[in-house]
Amino acid sequence: MAQTLQQIFFDLFGADAMIAFSPAYALQQLVNGLTLGMIYGLIAVGYTMVYGIIGMINFAHGDIFMVGAFLSLIALTGLSALGITSVPLALAITLLFAAGIAALYGWTVERIAYRPLRGSFRLAPLISAIGMSIVLQNFVQVSQGARVKPMAPMIDGNLPLFADGLFTAQISAMQVAIMLTTLLVLGVFTWLVTRTPLGRAMRACEQDLKMAGLLGIDTDATISLTFVIGAALAAVAGLMFLLYYGVIDFYIGFVAGVKAFTAAVLGGIGSLPGAVLGGLAIGLIETFWSAYFTVEYKDVAAFSILVVVLIFMPSGLLGHADVEKV
Amino acid sequence: MPAPLMPASLLEVRDLTMRFGGLTAVSSLSFAVRAGEITAVIGPNGAGKTTVFNCITGFYRPTAGGIALSPPGGGTLALERMPGHRIARRARVARTFQNIRLFAGMTVLENLLVAQHNTLMPSVASGLLAVFGLSGHAHAERAAIARARFWLDAVDLAARADDPAGALPYGAQRRLEIARAMCTSPVLLCLDEPAAGLNPRESEELSTLLRRIRDGAGGEPGCSILLIEHDMGVVMRISDHIVVLDHGRKISDGSPAEVRADPAVIAAYLGDGDDDDSPATAA
Amino acid sequence: MPARAGAALRDAFLSALVALGLFGVLIGLKTESGPGSLVLVARPWAVVIAVGLVFAGRLALLAWRGWRPAGTPSPRRLVAVGGRIGRVLAPLLLAFALSLPFYAGRYWMDLGILVLTYVMLGWGLNIVVGLAGLLDLGYVAFYAVGAYSYALLAQTFGLGFWTCLPLAGLLAACWGVMLGFPVLRLRGDYLAIVTLAFGEIIRIVLLNWVSLTNGPNGISGIPRPTLFGLTFSMGGGPGTVSHFFGVEPDISQRVIFLYYVILGLALLTNWVSLRLRRLPLGRAWEALREDEIACRALGINVTTTKLTAFAIGACFGGFAGAFFATRQAFISPESFTFMESAMVLAIVVLGGLGSQLGVALAALIMIGGSELFRDFAEYRMLVFGGALVAMMILRPRGLVSGRTPSVSLGTAKQISPDLIAQGRG
Repeated sequence: MAQTLQQIFFDLFGADAMIAFSPAYALQQLVNGLTLGMIYGLIAVGYTMVYGIIGMINFAHGDIFMVGAFLSLIALTGLSALGITSVPLALAITLLFAAGIAALYGWTVERIAYRPLRGSFRLAPLISAIGMSIVLQNFVQVSQGARVKPMAPMIDGNLPLFADGLFTAQISAMQVAIMLTTLLVLGVFTWLVTRTPLGRAMRACEQDLKMAGLLGIDTDATISLTFVIGAALAAVAGLMFLLYYGVIDFYIGFVAGVKAFTAAVLGGIGSLPGAVLGGLAIGLIETFWSAYFTVEYKDVAAFSILVVVLIFMPSGLLGHADVEKV
Repeated sequence: MPAPLMPASLLEVRDLTMRFGGLTAVSSLSFAVRAGEITAVIGPNGAGKTTVFNCITGFYRPTAGGIALSPPGGGTLALERMPGHRIARRARVARTFQNIRLFAGMTVLENLLVAQHNTLMPSVASGLLAVFGLSGHAHAERAAIARARFWLDAVDLAARADDPAGALPYGAQRRLEIARAMCTSPVLLCLDEPAAGLNPRESEELSTLLRRIRDGAGGEPGCSILLIEHDMGVVMRISDHIVVLDHGRKISDGSPAEVRADPAVIAAYLGDGDDDDSPATAA
Repeated sequence: MPARAGAALRDAFLSALVALGLFGVLIGLKTESGPGSLVLVARPWAVVIAVGLVFAGRLALLAWRGWRPAGTPSPRRLVAVGGRIGRVLAPLLLAFALSLPFYAGRYWMDLGILVLTYVMLGWGLNIVVGLAGLLDLGYVAFYAVGAYSYALLAQTFGLGFWTCLPLAGLLAACWGVMLGFPVLRLRGDYLAIVTLAFGEIIRIVLLNWVSLTNGPNGISGIPRPTLFGLTFSMGGGPGTVSHFFGVEPDISQRVIFLYYVILGLALLTNWVSLRLRRLPLGRAWEALREDEIACRALGINVTTTKLTAFAIGACFGGFAGAFFATRQAFISPESFTFMESAMVLAIVVLGGLGSQLGVALAALIMIGGSELFRDFAEYRMLVFGGALVAMMILRPRGLVSGRTPSVSLGTAKQISPDLIAQGRG
């Protein structure tokens, strides 16, 4: 039966379309989707942390990611000019460097644009954040130029995973590197949030900022720290993005930012595992949609699924169902 | 034990159960509110009083059980199946909130006009036509303002009609919330702790106001009242009928005198509620 | 005094240090395409200048704070002043807008048209955000729907601007309802992200549905509006305005006409919003912004009420879109990016939520202001973003905050912004 269906499909759409029946092809999309999803997840964590603590959409977060990508590009170019050829060493230095400076950006943005508006009414920080996003975008455009920046791939090599008659699925060394680094960074981050006093302070502020302050937690410092950690994670995502796609420009922050925020909302905003899960979901949706339907409408697919999920699960996948207090 | 069916009962709550996850806030509760009376629901904190209110006014959908309203005009409405705004509009059950919910940035008068929204704007189309002065809005608005003035006088807020509601003192905000609920022309007024935070003089005035609302005055028809209250002075003074809840169950039901004499009520209020499990106290 | 100066110097030095961290890499090392791969170009002097500017700027800010006269006016007073100024300023602005074509040149007319378009968009969005308290980050979608509706109707069926204008508004309103129906149950920032997503979806569809919209190349040759059937053709033949009035055909006639069209449309938006505010529908919107739960308890159908706000706001966005299309005679998806939504929202928030005068002032300041920086080409948006942040910090409640009651028994008093809720939807 399946054979005949495939036959009909073949007659209708030709040999190229037969790829839709290849399990290897689907496996390849899974691998690609997970890689992309991890990048989204890393950015989404920053959105969800800030939202959890001070309840604002940090619109500039996507641009911190973009700044992180540029910092990584500069660092990698500089390191290769200095003659450091060891790839793991170069990556490790770049990661720490980009995360460090991006963290400074995160701290500064909060200090300048959000802290004076804390406790002010809801839309002022949002507009301020949009302003900051414009500033960062144009700052990078002015300082680094508007042109697309290409970078030669650093890690070569592919590992074949599975082949059927139609397609061979493979995972590239780059993808392995991205996944391992992301998991490592997320592991450290999880440890930080769940096992350290610092993480406890963050979670306390998330529950009730005022009360945490009354109990002697330095809320200003905790909020700053949230921005710092979020920015560092975004910078890691920026590095991954640079490695994976090999080209960046000053505009990547907006698109990735919107996707990552969508991921955070999809996962249930305020929930850290939800952000990663949402990121993976958006990455998979996009990749599968591009592979089986049209590349042009991949964002439409991601956004539409967001709408559908929110209609049926108004608090996202892992968010707290907030019971209406009357 | 379901309450006996009274001929003049306005609201019948039958076997009402409300669960939140594993927690049972109200369990098979039955009671009746008779027309033209003030019925009080009392009980210790966490007894499930506000949950009952939220079920009646459509903010929660009960897990099981029925809530039937038989308005004076005839017919019976099943409130447990209606969304909140339809309960207020069709069944004409109005309510106030434990933590006052006024439109703080709007004036006292505006608050009372918003309450008459459905009279002023029967449909979206008429609301839009009013932009071009086409739906006889001016006349309706005059009537609405007259009604608002009536209730402003009734709650002694006429002098503050043009002040923002959020700027009123606490007691005045409580009175305004009652006036606003009354502007919807309800048949049943549900008050969630109307005397909370009031001083003795204000409580006394509140009692007078509630009696007046029950009996009707100045061309207003009487309106039955269901209230939750902790202030026993107020409850005993004005209630015609009292329902006592504890841990989501009804433990007593009757006139103020009956309830006051009920040992189960005394036990609940003194914190000795374990008489079922402990034979020593039962004996 | 020396102690304070010392502290200020220390503070400025720390700021400069942070600036060095921020700018050292991104300004100091520029990536440029070299032979084969990227190379880094060092620009130490640019870093020195940037860090120096931060140092001086911080010092100046601290000095200004230190010497600022104590006792700033209380918010309550500002509100009262705001109300009084409004009564004088609004008619003055209107008179200025009406008389502008009599003495302004082509450049100022074009700028005037641009500002008025944003004033109209701001007033339209003000209904949704300012009155009903619903955060809409995708308002540009309705602008796009209006523009493409007119362009396509005009090109496919040969309909004129005045026929299409109501249709464009109606179609945008329909889209508003279609979007609103499923999502208006969502609260707060969920609504924000879904509206943002909707805006992007519309843009992506316009970009990729080439057979209908001509994709990224856009639609050109969109007909200009006519004055009672008379065209503004440069040819000057029968049926043109110049022929009818017996004057020389001149491009400025059309510009002035367009100016008055958008002024009329903007004033219509204003009139409808002001009128609605005094009607039950508008009052229900404001009540919704103040407390949705109380609204439900009073029997107000929250979903319908939100939908009307969404639809009416969208309708005006559609009108503005149709105007945009007829004015430009060319539209492409590039004109309908998130930046536009953000700009309009910024105008509404900066103006002061719910304040008609504030929105007009904010549009004037922001569009006019960013026009002043046109000569600084690439720094223009940088300054614009910075100004947005600065203005929010200086006036988080907007230029004209406070609220005028919609009805009163005695004399209406301005309501202090501290009491007004911002809505959670």
